Amino acid sequence: MIQSVPKPAVGKPKGKLGLKRTLIALSFIAPNFIGFALFTLIPVIAAVFMSMTEWSGGADIKWVGLQNYVNLFTVPQRYIDRLENPNFFSILGLFFEKVDIGIALKNTVTFTVITVPLTMIFSIALALVLNKAVKGAIAFRAIMFFPYVSSTVAICVCWNFMLMKNGPINQLLMLLGSNFNKTWTADSSMAIWAVIIVSVWKSMGYYMVIYLAALQGIPRELYEAATVDGANKWQQFWNITLPQLRPTTFFVSVMLVIGCFKIYDTVALMTGGGPGRATKMLVTYTIDEFNASKYGSACAIAMVLLVLVLTVTILQFRMEKKFSAD
Amino acid sequence: MAQRSFSAGPLIRPDNHKAAAFGRIVLYILLVFLSVITLIPFVWMLSSSLKLDREVFEFPIRWVPKVFHWENYSLIWTKAPMLMYFKNTAIVAVSVTIIQTMTSSFAAYAFAKLEFKFRDTLFLCYIATIAVPWQAYMIPQFIEFRSIGLYDTLLAIMVLQAFSAFGVFLMRQFYRGIPTELCEAARIDGLSEYGIWARIMLPLSKSAIATLVIFTFIGTWNDYMGPMIYLTTESVKTVQVGLRRFIQENSSDYHLIMAASMVSLIPVSVVFLALQRYFIEGIATSGLKG
Repeated sequence: MIQSVPKPAVGKPKGKLGLKRTLIALSFIAPNFIGFALFTLIPVIAAVFMSMTEWSGGADIKWVGLQNYVNLFTVPQRYIDRLENPNFFSILGLFFEKVDIGIALKNTVTFTVITVPLTMIFSIALALVLNKAVKGAIAFRAIMFFPYVSSTVAICVCWNFMLMKNGPINQLLMLLGSNFNKTWTADSSMAIWAVIIVSVWKSMGYYMVIYLAALQGIPRELYEAATVDGANKWQQFWNITLPQLRPTTFFVSVMLVIGCFKIYDTVALMTGGGPGRATKMLVTYTIDEFNASKYGSACAIAMVLLVLVLTVTILQFRMEKKFSAD
Repeated sequence: MAQRSFSAGPLIRPDNHKAAAFGRIVLYILLVFLSVITLIPFVWMLSSSLKLDREVFEFPIRWVPKVFHWENYSLIWTKAPMLMYFKNTAIVAVSVTIIQTMTSSFAAYAFAKLEFKFRDTLFLCYIATIAVPWQAYMIPQFIEFRSIGLYDTLLAIMVLQAFSAFGVFLMRQFYRGIPTELCEAARIDGLSEYGIWARIMLPLSKSAIATLVIFTFIGTWNDYMGPMIYLTTESVKTVQVGLRRFIQENSSDYHLIMAASMVSLIPVSVVFLALQRYFIEGIATSGLKG
């Protein structure tokens, strides 16, 4: 890659002096860059290549090109044979129902689509409440932030117990008239909700802080002018607060989506990807393949994750440019 | 970094005192309700940790145990080497924090204030990897670490966390906000680049460093996935994987699991409560990653 040296004509590094300067600069960067290059940069590049090999950790690495990807995304013939009317859509349906990567994609996207809006609604609500001048605002803020800093292992086991058959949550629901009396994480339709609840609960305080900062940045004159014009609180919220929060909401949604794509800890600790494959996510699948010593295939799944994350990141840049152009 | 006051809100109009007072009461009820929802798992954890195992799932729930079984908290230390887990985690978290903060701020100075060949190319490498999730390259990294003999060592966990691109990025953004004239004046006064970093940049970046320190410390302390992949020997396990093992081995001792979980939360709670201002303001001003 050719990079043009920064422009200013004065002070442009030249000759011996330039060399000395470069050496000094490199001495600043070296301690971090050596570690970074060895332990991050090289593995990132290696991941792309490894996804095109077949390797179980031994001496024999086999180059297989895109075969890992083909294997991942192929619907086994035996399923297609059983179809009465095999067409594109029925095969696509099979892909999301039977094929591991299809299930993992479906679960990951389902989880993301539910968790992102819920977290945003809760964090905006918390921020709006805390933005009022209240005594003890700092204490309340710290309380709501606390789940975010507490260890995932401890809170997951606690929630697991609370969501047990005879645990406090089911007891509470019973008081409200529900007759659900199964352990959430062992029930194939409720397991994903257990993961969603914990994820929203854990991260809402974090995004609340970001929203709180954004709310404080909204000029007060806007509200004063609206009050003079006779707008009620509700109208003010829809016509001033929400539009003013738009850049923040955009940023938060991107962070949340990427965070949801990468979900692993909560799932591994609460459901282990089960029951069956009900909460199997992309990263859960990668780790499963990794534990089975199928390194090539594990890397290919990781690349699918990378493509998803990079797509969202690039979209973010595009949209941000558009926003600032408006 | 801008110091924002979070308690200032819209002023209450004097013409409707009663409505405002009512609004306040509703607001406080709402706040208390939300805090309760946030804290209830912790309260349940604490309450269960002081019960007998068969009392944990009593119907209806008893929030205050009949008898406080404090002995649960002494029992867990005999059932698992918790103290060793704490020691290992502390070693890792402290070393990672020191290495991360020092090397990042050192490198960030060059990226922000010095001009040299390849600066932009090198920085681009850092930026590009910020967008790449660790999960995407953890496997080649694992194989690399194993081949150089780092598998199942605390050193692996340190190296894993210590050189993140994120730290360099954060510090560089902050240093760019410091006027370059300061550095030039110092240079004219005969200070070397290292002197400028140590005497001018470091003291000016206290708040950014505080943010980075807390983020790194809490992140490393709570990390589960890294230690899960790398550590198998009991004597090198960190709190998170140790707690996980404890849960698996005593799966029906609900009360003990809750006691051990409570204990595992203490160090981070202390750090958080002591430094929460920097932590929260750091997020608010820079919108850091999760």
